[in-house]
Amino acid sequence: MRRLERPALAGVLVREVVNFSSYWRSTTFSATVEPTIYLLAFGFGFGSLVSSVGGYDYVEFVGTGTVATAVLFSSAFPGMFSTFVKYKFQRTYDAILATPVDTEELVTAEALWIAARAAVYGCVPMLVAIVFGLDPSPGMLAVPFIGFIAGYGWASFGILIAALMKSIENFNYVISAVLTPLFLVAGTFFPLSQLPEWVQALANLNPLYHCVQLVRAAVFGPFVPADLGHLAAIVAFALVMWRLAIHFMERKLID
Amino acid sequence: MPGPPAIRLRGAVKRYGAVTAVDGLDLDVPEGTCVGLLGPNGAGKSTTMKLLTAQAVADAGELEVLGHPLPGESKAARAQCGVVPQLDNLDETLTVEQNLLVFSYLYRVDRAARHEAIEAALDMANLRDRRTAKVSELSGGMRRRLLIARALVHRPRLVLLDEPTVGLDPQVRQELWALIDRLRSEGTTILMSTHYIEEAQRLADTVTIMSAGRAVAAGPPARLVTEHAGREALELFGPPRRLAEVEATARERGLRTRRTGTSVSVLDADGAFGDEGDRRPANLEDVFVLLTGEEIE
Repeated sequence: MRRLERPALAGVLVREVVNFSSYWRSTTFSATVEPTIYLLAFGFGFGSLVSSVGGYDYVEFVGTGTVATAVLFSSAFPGMFSTFVKYKFQRTYDAILATPVDTEELVTAEALWIAARAAVYGCVPMLVAIVFGLDPSPGMLAVPFIGFIAGYGWASFGILIAALMKSIENFNYVISAVLTPLFLVAGTFFPLSQLPEWVQALANLNPLYHCVQLVRAAVFGPFVPADLGHLAAIVAFALVMWRLAIHFMERKLID
Repeated sequence: MPGPPAIRLRGAVKRYGAVTAVDGLDLDVPEGTCVGLLGPNGAGKSTTMKLLTAQAVADAGELEVLGHPLPGESKAARAQCGVVPQLDNLDETLTVEQNLLVFSYLYRVDRAARHEAIEAALDMANLRDRRTAKVSELSGGMRRRLLIARALVHRPRLVLLDEPTVGLDPQVRQELWALIDRLRSEGTTILMSTHYIEEAQRLADTVTIMSAGRAVAAGPPARLVTEHAGREALELFGPPRRLAEVEATARERGLRTRRTGTSVSVLDADGAFGDEGDRRPANLEDVFVLLTGEEIE
């Protein structure tokens, strides 16, 4: 691992921020409307059948759960798609790597930027849920930080996939076979305690599940030692994905 | 008096699987000069350019840019280089000025100098009045000028131009030549790959002719021409049968020939064909074809 130089990270981040000024409307729209629709559909749909889950109102349960979904959507997808587009179609990375920026810095800065966005967008479902009766709590201030760590992991995951796939169509395999199951079996819409034990055991490998648990712990409290395990899980996920993304992007970008 | 070399390659080799794109290339670019890397498509020019920014890593050989060995110290070298890629990779949705702003950060221009650096780059590329235009609104020539300006925003010591005028109208090409010439006269070191003979002949102080991944000749264009192709060429036109006769006659007299489309050029013919044909000065293209046996352009 070489040194990450601040000016190199700053250069890549400035490029993203300046570009963001030209597309923030559409991105913000989809990043906020999508989880809100989930929240409303499930919250009111199921909410009319189920009044409470695990001791919470169903809207509270889903409102906190979809924070993790919003983080996932706003980090894994940009990680996959915009990385691929920048690498393959716009050749942006060729331009950046001709300047004093190394692949490691490029990947790190891209993941940082996506993670920062995901941290903000991740809070939207929670804010919508507040409107529908979720009680504000001081622990909510920790939610953007949880979103940032998880977002960094998912962004790196997306960059890794972009580095491994030869065409953008292949992303469908990843979305159907990896992201959709992870998204459904994370305790977002229903508690995992309803599922067979082996599924519950597998859920421990799902970073999204740990993210959901952490968000609920932050919002509802109290913070118990087991939550440190969830935190460790998303930090480990982020670190592993980060290093893998760098390794495989380097293979892709440097002949 | 040439200074220390800005680029020095010795025996550089780059393989892609079974294909050897660069095959023992020696290349010198003295500081303050403009060197043309001339060769047909597939000669290894673009791969050489990638080696110089460590976007490709050589399998063998010594590579040095601005005194920094590659790929180890490539980042320090890149900080003082400006790279103009063959394929346009500007940020389309940004304005001219925003593109330059982004690169002023990537090239670590000091905050205090940033504004002035961007203005100077706009001036250089003659894009001052298009500063707020989106890249997608620019003409092909303007885009290429911006691509060059983007590489100059940090006042690099060395500029790498990969086929700077490929695919452009003749008029736009001349405009870019003027820009490159101005850069050269200001003392910037330039390495320019091209497969246009005229471009190399006009702009380059020295030319390295590349074929199949190697340098087959290097030197000032005029010297290369006299050394390898002589002073004059006689160009004879006619139907294929006549051209074959000319070639046979030339061979008998020990003269070198090459086909130039509808004609045969006989080098240093010196009256061997009487008054026939058109006399023209020998040029780099003659040198190239004689040395490599390959046609160019």
